[in-house]
Amino acid sequence: MIRVAGRVARKDLLIEWRSRVLLWQVVPFGAMALLLAGLALGPTRAGSSGAGPGLYYLVMVLVTLLAAQRSAQVERAAGTRASVATLGLDPAGVFLGKALALCVELWAIGLVLGAGTVLFLHTALRAALVASPSIAATLAALAAAGTLYGALTTGDGSAATLLPVLALPGFSPLLIAGERSFSAAAAGGATGSWWVITLVALVVYLAAGVVLYGVLEDA
Amino acid sequence: MTRMLQRLLGPVTLASLALTAWLGLWVTPPDRVQGDLARLVYVHPALAWVALYLSFGTATIASVLYLWPRTRSVTADRVAVSAMEVSLVFILLTLATGSIWGRPTWGVWWAWDARLTSTAILGVFALAYLALRRANDDPTQRARRGAVFAILTAINVPIIHFSVLWWKTLHQGASVLTSTGQLNVHGSMLWTMLIGFVGFTLLFFWLLRERYRLEVKRDRLVASTVDEALAQRRREGV
Repeated sequence: MIRVAGRVARKDLLIEWRSRVLLWQVVPFGAMALLLAGLALGPTRAGSSGAGPGLYYLVMVLVTLLAAQRSAQVERAAGTRASVATLGLDPAGVFLGKALALCVELWAIGLVLGAGTVLFLHTALRAALVASPSIAATLAALAAAGTLYGALTTGDGSAATLLPVLALPGFSPLLIAGERSFSAAAAGGATGSWWVITLVALVVYLAAGVVLYGVLEDA
Repeated sequence: MTRMLQRLLGPVTLASLALTAWLGLWVTPPDRVQGDLARLVYVHPALAWVALYLSFGTATIASVLYLWPRTRSVTADRVAVSAMEVSLVFILLTLATGSIWGRPTWGVWWAWDARLTSTAILGVFALAYLALRRANDDPTQRARRGAVFAILTAINVPIIHFSVLWWKTLHQGASVLTSTGQLNVHGSMLWTMLIGFVGFTLLFFWLLRERYRLEVKRDRLVASTVDEALAQRRREGV
């Protein structure tokens, strides 16, 4: 399972490295969404309201939708499913590999947008650094959830519109926990209880993916 | 015996709901603090019980039964979709009655309260479940994906509940049973509440049965349409 996961993650990351879709399409989308969020708040509130952590997570959730869509799309290519079935790859390994690749991609985008939050929305650099472990854990949970919800729409004609409807309610507790952790770090407070939500969600989504991903591949 | 119970379900449901309305509107006294507004307590918690526990629970159990190879059957899938659809109706009613209570109490139709927010998110989950089923034409794919999504929704319920509870809450505590096990409501109010719970629980089972029958008829219609199309193609010599 671990070996399959490593190979699938490497394959997905290589595809992204060669196609540069994340770099040229998803990162600019995230940066623009962050700017638009600042414009929507207005010049005064965007710079001083402490809205940075919330807006950062809102944009990261939207970016996750695009990245999960892209990750599921890779599996839709002609012959991919047949190849996976012929090779007898462990579905749990495929799920973990795809989640790992998506997680690495989200960490990279999260780093860029984190810098944007510090720059455009005036969130303290120290707060962003303190919150970075919780951000990494939240993005990992978003990656696991996104991979699972993406698999639910694989091969479907209306996947682009269906995925947000399926995934956003599931992302909501992660957005709350991530934003609270980040805001607490910015205010110099404790983030302990919010870690519980993030870690429980991460474990639950990983376990659900390991158990249920095979059912979705069969379907 | 089963057939007789099925025949009685509709009339008994109607009678218990009519009794709840009569007791709730005319027999029970207004609350000392909240006045007539407190009469919503005979409806709102019962609606929430059906929406969040009974129907969601039924859909989840039916989905697990569908995914488990030994218990897999089209019946389980039909029960799951029927329960989820009924759940959506009850969630909307729960939110509507909560808002009607919230406007004079909190001063707004909508507050970022933990229970309101988590109920609304569950409503979106139920909508998403129905959207997922509509997006899949293949019955096996539709049933499997629906079952997986229903289970994901069920395991999300406590995570969502605690996240919004820690985030912010305004909602009042338990109205009937306190954490010490002491009853908070008494007399005619308590009986009216209990009859309301029974009435709405029976309404759930009645709606579930009717929705299940519709699902069976829909499946038959789809099958007969396919058979008819195949017969026509044969007649045309294709």
